[in-house]
Amino acid sequence: MKKSNLLNKLFDKQHKKQTVSYLIVIFAYVILEALLKTGNISSLFKNLLVPCTCYIVAALALNLCVGLSGELSLGHAGFMSIGAFTAVCLSGLLAGTLTNAVLRLVIVIIIGAAVSAFFGFLIGIPVLKLQGDYLAIVTLAFCQIIVSLINNVYFGFDEKGLQFSFIENKLNLSSSGKILIGGPIGASGTQRISTFTVGIVLIIISLIVIYNLMDSRNGRAIMAARDNRIAALSVGIDVTRTKMLAFVISAALAGAAGALYGLNFSTLTPAKFGFNQSILLLVYVVLGGLGNITGTIISASVLYVLPELLRSFESYRMIIYSLVLIGIMLISNNKFFKEKLAELKTRRFNRTHSKEAE
Amino acid sequence: MKKLLVVLLSVFVVFGLVGCSGGSGGDEASPTIKLGGSGPLTGGAAVYGNDVFHAAELAVKEINEAEGFDFFDFKFEDDEADPEKAPNAYGVLKDWGMQVSIYTTTSGAGLAVVEDYFNDRIFAITPSGSNPGLVYNGSTNYDNCFQVCFTDPNQGVASADYIKNNALGEKVAIIYRSDDDYSTTVYQKFKDEAAKVGLDIVYEGSFIDTDSDYSAQLTAAQNAGADVVFLPIYYTPAAGILTQADAMGYAPVFFGIDGMDGILTLEGFDTALAEGVYLLTPFAADATDDKTVHFVTAFKEAYGGTPTQFGADAYDAVYAIYEACKAAGVDGTNSTEEICDALIGQFTSMTFDGLTGKATWAANGEVSKSPKAVIIENGVYVAAE
Amino acid sequence: MAEAVKQPLPVLVIGGSMVFLSYLITGIGLGSVYAIIALGYSMVYGIAKMLNFAHGDVIMIGAYVAFFALSRYNLPAVAAVLLAIAVCTTLGVLIERLAYKPLRQATSLSVLITAIGVSYFLQNMAQLLWSSSPKIFSSIVGNRSLTLFDGKMSIAYINILTIITCIVIMIVLTLFINNTKIGRAMRACSEDKDAAKLMGINVNKTISITFAIGSGLAAIASVLLCSTYPSVYPTLGSMPGIKAFTAAVFGGIGSIPGAFVGGLLLGIIENLSKAYISTQLSDAIVFAVLIIVLLIKPTGILGKKVNEKV
Repeated sequence: MKKSNLLNKLFDKQHKKQTVSYLIVIFAYVILEALLKTGNISSLFKNLLVPCTCYIVAALALNLCVGLSGELSLGHAGFMSIGAFTAVCLSGLLAGTLTNAVLRLVIVIIIGAAVSAFFGFLIGIPVLKLQGDYLAIVTLAFCQIIVSLINNVYFGFDEKGLQFSFIENKLNLSSSGKILIGGPIGASGTQRISTFTVGIVLIIISLIVIYNLMDSRNGRAIMAARDNRIAALSVGIDVTRTKMLAFVISAALAGAAGALYGLNFSTLTPAKFGFNQSILLLVYVVLGGLGNITGTIISASVLYVLPELLRSFESYRMIIYSLVLIGIMLISNNKFFKEKLAELKTRRFNRTHSKEAE
Repeated sequence: MKKLLVVLLSVFVVFGLVGCSGGSGGDEASPTIKLGGSGPLTGGAAVYGNDVFHAAELAVKEINEAEGFDFFDFKFEDDEADPEKAPNAYGVLKDWGMQVSIYTTTSGAGLAVVEDYFNDRIFAITPSGSNPGLVYNGSTNYDNCFQVCFTDPNQGVASADYIKNNALGEKVAIIYRSDDDYSTTVYQKFKDEAAKVGLDIVYEGSFIDTDSDYSAQLTAAQNAGADVVFLPIYYTPAAGILTQADAMGYAPVFFGIDGMDGILTLEGFDTALAEGVYLLTPFAADATDDKTVHFVTAFKEAYGGTPTQFGADAYDAVYAIYEACKAAGVDGTNSTEEICDALIGQFTSMTFDGLTGKATWAANGEVSKSPKAVIIENGVYVAAE
Repeated sequence: MAEAVKQPLPVLVIGGSMVFLSYLITGIGLGSVYAIIALGYSMVYGIAKMLNFAHGDVIMIGAYVAFFALSRYNLPAVAAVLLAIAVCTTLGVLIERLAYKPLRQATSLSVLITAIGVSYFLQNMAQLLWSSSPKIFSSIVGNRSLTLFDGKMSIAYINILTIITCIVIMIVLTLFINNTKIGRAMRACSEDKDAAKLMGINVNKTISITFAIGSGLAAIASVLLCSTYPSVYPTLGSMPGIKAFTAAVFGGIGSIPGAFVGGLLLGIIENLSKAYISTQLSDAIVFAVLIIVLLIKPTGILGKKVNEKV
């Protein structure tokens, strides 16, 4: 009896979507992990697993901002870069004292997320005063500023302690020292400690955070403020506060994604996190559907893998990729197509209803 | 609408899984060696990757014709010069069954896969990745990783010495690209060496990849009274700098390094502007020795356009691997690890005479060959005294 | 006294104010190019309410067309410019018809992603057709400078040409928008599309014309841009595109004088911060100023305040 109650709850109208997204992630994990363990997976695909989880988490973070909170951000790559560089530096510093790689990974991801959340808060103060496309351009501007600042940071350590310089490389490290960030060259020689399992756990944590937020009072306030700001204000919702909440959580998740990403590659350049990266995330979100969590997970994984699958087309592959992008947008917004879809939906709706009537 | 999209996308995922979980070891008994490599074939740095790809392909074709059978099977993958994509390109090559590699074209991508090459014991020699981190890292020597081109530090030191010893000028300005490893390393070493030998550096300016305006830097160099401008950069921005300096009426001695090679064949560039430019380069496309003439003619015939030092280095890399394989008597029937060990032994002991001069390799993977200074006169390179 | 020289300048003790002036003029020149590009962004935004991220790539196509016309076919400069304008205008209208028109009822984000798709497409097509190896554009007015004050100051002719072109475009465009039938139709569409339709205005045609004008301006900008910064390569348009977009927002997106003012300011700030603060941090400074401006005036310097309807 109890069991069926739980099942009912999991698959009732309100929670069905959520359950489906958890199930998809777990199902994918089990299959891929089985393939990994049995060695039935290609080297290429193995290399794609961790970055793919990073992009899924980052895209989920952006969807929280764009889809649920309704604020178009063109600067989420900036938060990723904060998380990534924080994590790479910390991991480099802790490598000697904390030898357990997984523990170190978890700790630096948490700190990376916290630092990114802090910056999200700072940036949120001015940004959330603006609206629409003006907000978008300011987030873009912040992202460019972050990248250009990291481009000029030189940071390293040796047995005497930490050294830091800005714009010019004035580090004077002893031979046993290590440069953690070398300006535009970024971080190199990073120990690669990110794992697929941690990536999947991070996706599940993001899902829990986002779904709980959506179901909470705060979440409803966020969506109310998105749908009609003035109406939300008039019923006493503190719009700036609720939006800030979504923005900071989004920044934290993007930072965590960045941390995982940074520790998956032995080199990391600040230029990687420019405008194009932010746009890439936005593409994942829009194609997955604004506010559609499951859609985001699927679109991020497919679109991340797609250019690799198109390798056999050689130099034509990015052209195909761009045509796929335009094609999906045109088809999904096509009137005829939409009508057909609506028809399908109503037919199914009728069917379920007639069943219920029985 | 969203649901259908989701379904559509899921189909792609399944397709992706199936498409990707293939990958075979290849035919073990064949004497053909599987030679791999990666470089940027798309994106901003594609010009370098394509040069390496074509020149290496040309070398493979020649070797296969000379041998009468497929000595090498060559596969070159796109890594967009991006550390994120480099492991993917490496993955594709490994799935294909790569036994020997010409590594990566650019340093950034190479640093991302150096440990893979090292751990998988695949012999790798980079034509143009000039960061020392590609062959050793502090105390770790990546014993199976080698370089064909000069390392960056050597170029900086050699340039400062040359300017000082030949008294090219009193006051030196440097304009470098701050988001490029190659450029910043040469710049740093040049500065250190300049301080040692007593060169007066009056201005240091930088730009980044996305900049195309150098007038502020040039004006500052001019106002500082610099009579030599050191350009540790590639030829594309260098062409812009020369053009803008000319527009300003600023004519110091310009001094470039191997990245400057290619400037004379840049389409649309007025070569008159490059008159009197010095550069240190191991390769000059208009040299008249048989090897260079043969390579440049064959390259032009097959791909159009003139090869740069990237191409020359790649051509040398393939031939060096070929000679080492012949000398060690290994072929595709040997395991990857056997080939790797044999080639390490050969490379650290042999002298290779290629397009870019006579080269020997140290155990740490660095090449030793002498940089040549040339000056551009009447649109061609002339050996500078 | 003014004469064209191509000789190296004698190294003189140059007065600080002269140096400042020459940096300022180069900045205005750069800003004028931004302004012309920003006009295209702003007009399209004003009417179609979309951020056309493919605008920068239209500039790139224009640059290639002008390059081939000048260097391969040795056409005169005027013919090259006209050819570039013709190609870009056609391309702009074509993109609008094929990619954006079907999305007129869609959300603005769908259109944004489509624009990004178009941008990727143009860049990769350019790479495939013309290779990624850069080509060097020869300036349409030669590499000469105007020298003033006994050689204490020199201004490149191309800078002067750019500034004049920008002012002429600005005046012509303002007159066009205010005094012609099409111009009025454009304004009506940007105020209220439905009302404009009811007044008998062909909205689709008006949007097409806007794209045509914007793309034509992009072609002019491309020739001026490449005459100053001579490399032509497939991703040429990205950075000027982003900068011009910033300039348009700076001045108040949708506003024509706004785009002009925004472009000029951006160019000046960029060049002066490169000269006096740091070349590495010039981008950060430009964007920081943008943020400050938007915090003080949330709709840009000359932007209209939009009242929320309840």
